Amino acid sequence: MTPLVQIRETIANAGLQQAIYASTGRLMDKRRHAVAPEVFPDYQELRSQANLLKRHTLEHLDFYLEQFENNVAARGGKVIWCRTPGEVADFILGLAREREARLVVKSKSMTTEELHLNERLEQHGLEAVETDLGEYIIQLAGQRPYHIVAPALHMTRYDVADLFTGKLRIEKETAPEKQTLIARGVLRQKFLSADIGISGANFLVADSGAVVLVENEGNARLTTSAPPIHIAVAGIEKMIPRAQDLAVFLRLLGSSATGQALTVYTSFLAGPRRPLELDGPDEFYVVLLDGGRTRLLADAERRQSLFCIRCGACLNHCPVYRKIGGHNYPWVYSGPIGAIITPQFHGIDRDPWLPYASSLCGACAEVCPVKIDIPKLLLDLRADVTTRTRRGLAERFAFRMYAWLATSPALFGFAGRVAALLAPSNTWIKRLPWFLNVGPVAKWISQRDLPPPPAKSFRRLWKERKRHAA
Amino acid sequence: MPREEMLANIRAALGCASRATATAPPVYLRGSRIPRGERIAVFFDCIQRLSGKTHRASSPSDACAYVAAVLEGRTAVASNAALLDECGITRLPRVASGVYERPRLRELCASSDAGITSADFALADTGSLVMISSPREARMISLLPPLHLAVVSEQSILSGLDELFETLPHPAGQSSSMVLITGPSRTADIEQILVRGVHGPGEIHVVVV
Amino acid sequence: MPKRASLFVTCVVDQVFPSVGLAMAEVLERLGWQLDFPEAQTCCGQPAFNSGYRAQARKVALHFLDVFRDAEYIVVPSGSCTSMISHHFEELFAGDSARLAETHALAPRVYEFSRFLTEVAGAEDVGARMDAVATYHDSCHALRELHIKDAPRRLLRKVRGLELREMDIADECCGFGGTFSVKFADVSGAMARTKIDSIARTGAGLVVSIDSSCLMQIQGALSRAGLPIRTLHLAEVLASR
Repeated sequence: MTPLVQIRETIANAGLQQAIYASTGRLMDKRRHAVAPEVFPDYQELRSQANLLKRHTLEHLDFYLEQFENNVAARGGKVIWCRTPGEVADFILGLAREREARLVVKSKSMTTEELHLNERLEQHGLEAVETDLGEYIIQLAGQRPYHIVAPALHMTRYDVADLFTGKLRIEKETAPEKQTLIARGVLRQKFLSADIGISGANFLVADSGAVVLVENEGNARLTTSAPPIHIAVAGIEKMIPRAQDLAVFLRLLGSSATGQALTVYTSFLAGPRRPLELDGPDEFYVVLLDGGRTRLLADAERRQSLFCIRCGACLNHCPVYRKIGGHNYPWVYSGPIGAIITPQFHGIDRDPWLPYASSLCGACAEVCPVKIDIPKLLLDLRADVTTRTRRGLAERFAFRMYAWLATSPALFGFAGRVAALLAPSNTWIKRLPWFLNVGPVAKWISQRDLPPPPAKSFRRLWKERKRHAA
Repeated sequence: MPREEMLANIRAALGCASRATATAPPVYLRGSRIPRGERIAVFFDCIQRLSGKTHRASSPSDACAYVAAVLEGRTAVASNAALLDECGITRLPRVASGVYERPRLRELCASSDAGITSADFALADTGSLVMISSPREARMISLLPPLHLAVVSEQSILSGLDELFETLPHPAGQSSSMVLITGPSRTADIEQILVRGVHGPGEIHVVVV
Repeated sequence: MPKRASLFVTCVVDQVFPSVGLAMAEVLERLGWQLDFPEAQTCCGQPAFNSGYRAQARKVALHFLDVFRDAEYIVVPSGSCTSMISHHFEELFAGDSARLAETHALAPRVYEFSRFLTEVAGAEDVGARMDAVATYHDSCHALRELHIKDAPRRLLRKVRGLELREMDIADECCGFGGTFSVKFADVSGAMARTKIDSIARTGAGLVVSIDSSCLMQIQGALSRAGLPIRTLHLAEVLASR
């Protein structure tokens, strides 16, 4: 079901609208400055390179996965293969039980959102704590991330103040600097006593067996270095061939996501602590999740949905996301990228409305650092909806009628005259008689005025003009 | 087995059989672009724009004096990097150094006001420090204390990421961890307002010797 | 050599905004072009294509190919419809080599109006005059699929008496999006309101664009908000003297 009611509520909430629009707007500005030619002269060239690299990697994904696994093993780590999110959660729970773990710290990971991992861990008596500030706020609020990069994008400092007061039983504090310090204090203790650290992965480097994590706060470094066990959970599409390819991806990711040349911390992690090293985990696992991804590999065109490096730029630039926000999207990934991957991961039947939640303005494709042609994929998915699902009988009929009219010029010319007869007007129409106020026209007039139907169509005027000239 | 099934599904989707090699991916390394003589200036400029502090030391003892002045008697834990010893930083008062015992090191990192490290490389065009974990450099010294002081040699400044991966194509060969540090720890998770010093150091000083 | 071009006025202009078609014809004739209006023309098929009805879109596109097969130039008062023909027809006919060849032969002859003026007719000053403060709305498909950004602005700057003021979000979608405007009416309406806020901030009394459907959305929202700002298609501005 299209969540039209929830969308209407989001749009009616002026405070929320302001928060989303302002925050995404700031992210847009930051990106714009970071990719300006004088700052990042080879930005367009790197986009093309990134696209080629992702294309190549996915075409050889089986090879790179095996190479990755061999290299992880050579460094003393272990790769776990999981077909479904459930298998990932099972593995983590099993390991936690074996190691008698109690406390799990997590650094920001969209992939683990696919597993509902925190709920699963808590059901089994484990404490799971999100450590990215935004994720921590969201976890306290009992919500899911609003945005791929900025999970608490929709919340103001006053919302955070109320949340902290309620959940941490502290005095009200509305300054973000102070709020950050509060979180730092709480989470520092968690890091130092955690049994397991779970991270995602921004990239998996095949020739190194390495997990690459980018972040700004230091929580991913702590999560992957302080506890004795590090588990990285990653979708299989996160693979890149070589360490040197990071020279392409890191700059694109930082500038597109937050307008930084590089994020503050980029961790390149390969295996557990080596014998003489002074810190780092004793055990290192990389969990490779399929979770519907292989479905997308079969079609060379649709495969590009898996190029995504989760920078969030398409969300920030999407005029639809900027109105409806993140929570009206049905699954983990919101915005344009969510609209194309959700139906492909789950099948088109589950949320057939998603590919339609776009004006096809193309802003997403324009800013995508790996050049995913999102509008094209939206259109392809719309075609899937009309051919593979059984919905919208009325619409189906309407488009049959349309095709018939639009291939019958005489009838086509006549259709306009009917409108002029039914709703004659000289000015823009604000209200319609009840018998016309139905269907699409009613939807149109619920938001804006309707143009008055002209007395004569162009084709009639043109004929008259010709006659006059003759 | 999930492994075999996943690989088989992937191969079926790609329409290929098991393979031992892949054609080389399109290469892209731009090489070094910033002349050696300009690197310090570019590097410092980047760090300053990230609100880090910089100092160009005329001698090892000057580096030591700068560090001492920044510390102002606060406690610090220093890594086992040879450069710190050469500069005399490890002999400063209230600076713990030469720690190889793991629990003690962690305790010191958690309780010290500052962490002092060197860096294996620095990247001029992004203002980054490249820290490779080793018996000389622990991960936590640049992470747990609220202040991070890094002393790097001028020769270690590279142009940028491309030169780093030219110089070091296989970082995993030598260490379990390579971290690029680009400015102080920060967040903008609340209203996109910038706050420094979240989980890592909120203040960073880089000294080039 | 007579300069000959065919008009494809689009279904929206034909049925809702005929004055745009007449204005386009007037400007082109003023520049010495002989125009022809193939009367069998209807629509480019975009409504069906964008809604996922490829089979229906293909039928309409075939009709278009039949009607315009022999045209030397096809001038269109819409970036969106131009892009449908020059970019998306080939997706519709993928696998049909004969139709694909026809599409490829046709596509380079299809021009959005402002691009035709600047690139084919070689005109920037068409002798227009209009006393107005105007702002230009970039329609998404013209901007991002056809990369038309400067041509309409250059044409507008040559209009005597007209002052062009840029919006802070000239390139942000007005929210029309075809069936999106009714399937997600609330979202579309909210996008339109954001757009007209930006328009109002310029202080302009006139919004100009090269797509009538964007203008239908923007004028509808302006009218609903009671703002005394009018909208005109570029052709109407250029026809005025």
